[in-house]
Amino acid sequence: MHHRAWHWIAMGAVLAALAVISLGTGVIHIPAGEVVSALQGSGDAATVSIIRNLRLPRIVLAALVGAGLGMSGSALQGTLRNGLAEPYLLGVSGGAAVGAVIAFAFNATNDGIIALAAFAGAGVAVLLALLVARAAGRAGRGDPRTLLMAGVVIGAFANAVIMIALANAPPNTIRGALWWMMGSVADSSWAALPWIAGFIALGAGLLIYWAREIDLLALGDEPAAALGVNVESSARRIYLLAALLAASTVAAAGLIGFVGLIVPHIVRAAGIRNHRPLIVGAGLVGAALVISADLAARTIRPPGELPLGAVTAVLGVPFFLAQLRKSA
Amino acid sequence: MISFANVAVRYHGAPTRALDGVSFAARAGEVTAVAGPNGSGKSTLVRALLRRQPMEEGAIEIEGDDITQISAQEIARRVAVVSQREDLSFPMRVGEYVALGRYPRLGLWRSASAPDHAAVRSAMDRAEVAEFGDRNTDTLSGGEWQRVRIARALAQEARALVLDEPTTFLDLAHEMALFELVHSLAQDGIAVLLVSHELNLVARFASSVVLLHRGRVAASGRPEDVMQAPLLEKVYEWPLVVSRDPAVGSPSLVPLRRRASSNFNRQQQ
Repeated sequence: MHHRAWHWIAMGAVLAALAVISLGTGVIHIPAGEVVSALQGSGDAATVSIIRNLRLPRIVLAALVGAGLGMSGSALQGTLRNGLAEPYLLGVSGGAAVGAVIAFAFNATNDGIIALAAFAGAGVAVLLALLVARAAGRAGRGDPRTLLMAGVVIGAFANAVIMIALANAPPNTIRGALWWMMGSVADSSWAALPWIAGFIALGAGLLIYWAREIDLLALGDEPAAALGVNVESSARRIYLLAALLAASTVAAAGLIGFVGLIVPHIVRAAGIRNHRPLIVGAGLVGAALVISADLAARTIRPPGELPLGAVTAVLGVPFFLAQLRKSA
Repeated sequence: MISFANVAVRYHGAPTRALDGVSFAARAGEVTAVAGPNGSGKSTLVRALLRRQPMEEGAIEIEGDDITQISAQEIARRVAVVSQREDLSFPMRVGEYVALGRYPRLGLWRSASAPDHAAVRSAMDRAEVAEFGDRNTDTLSGGEWQRVRIARALAQEARALVLDEPTTFLDLAHEMALFELVHSLAQDGIAVLLVSHELNLVARFASSVVLLHRGRVAASGRPEDVMQAPLLEKVYEWPLVVSRDPAVGSPSLVPLRRRASSNFNRQQQ
């Protein structure tokens, strides 16, 4: 292992510290020491209940969503050889939102079914993006920039579909859909968490398993093929896994943009370039980023909350522009 | 050894074949050069070898096995290919980059062990890039980057090495150094297949030359047999003369200016 251990210790420590701060912050402030003992079940019963039943599910969901988006973005950036790729900008999240909204409009309440519908929507979005890129580009899996552009177009299309679905929808559906558009981890509960945790664990496990293929795909099609990768099928597999991760986060927390963009750059800046440690690191940093963004969302203008997706976008857009300038 | 037998390739929708009836072998211990003008099918040959482009007819064998009968990973364990272009979107440390050459031997999960580290080190020594193992790939010059890519190919420990236009962006000294390296690798017993349009250099370093013209083999054999002015003029569609290099005695091609060549023809008459 040539990745220095302190990178991992630092990432873990930052994540744990943010979680404790976030757990202590709210209408009732709880000091860090009490947070830690409440997590272990000791202390004032009301405090234990607030921490364990109200705040912890929210923090866990934020961590899962951040981890999923960070890992999805890492896989997409490596495979597409493009530092601007991420599920939100590629239209994958938009496709997932369409799936979730449609399931919601049909009165689906089971979180697993909504997650599956979101995955179906994300899968269709990936497929469309690949088809558009192939039609526009040359043979093979198409030009990465074309795919990025195709993704943006598909994202816009997904928005249009959602708006059409909303145009004549009952107020309940509109509220639900709006929730998806803005992104939030506020409605988290222990009952809903196993679904997203399961999907994210599945996607993460398989991505980590295939991480070496992403290392080679990141070299380009010809060099990857020369090193024994079946480029097209491998790339398709990685896209689908990235879509599964993104869709799980959308089903559980709605559209949260730019996390998948920013996180891989932070991990690479620590000198981690191979995709197996990169994906693991992106999971940790993504979790920390969304926990922070959620903390900001609920403390900037109390007692109200800002939409989580808006907070990440405010962070992400300048970052995107800086990356765009760097790559131009 | 890599052998091409009657290989024919047609790109989707193309009226003519990109390769048509190409047969030759790249033998162990030799530098076999594939030369020819742009669009003659040189790179298509490499694509066919890597199964990036299906063949209409013919067969390619690596060490006696048909490439369609072995896995892509097995091909990568037997043949290392340095493709024409490679730009890293995300720069990495040179040592890490060279270690990617071990992947065909590691598979998806097995972690690198002592023999893998030794192979990476020896590949970096052989390609003379060990001194910048800790640098990032985006800090390398064109010549250094090409040598680093060859080091990655050597780390594969394959018995055949394919280089597709390895000196395109290199100046004279780096070009010569790279050809010297390639030549010494062949002397170690590796079968080197060198795709290049640097005919003069090819003539000095290759044991045999396969000259492609519009997808067919126009000539093949020892450099002095292939480097014949009438043949090369036909293939390159440009007036030229072939002289003997005064320093080393190998055949040397000199393309002429059109006006000069008409004078030249007049003088000969």
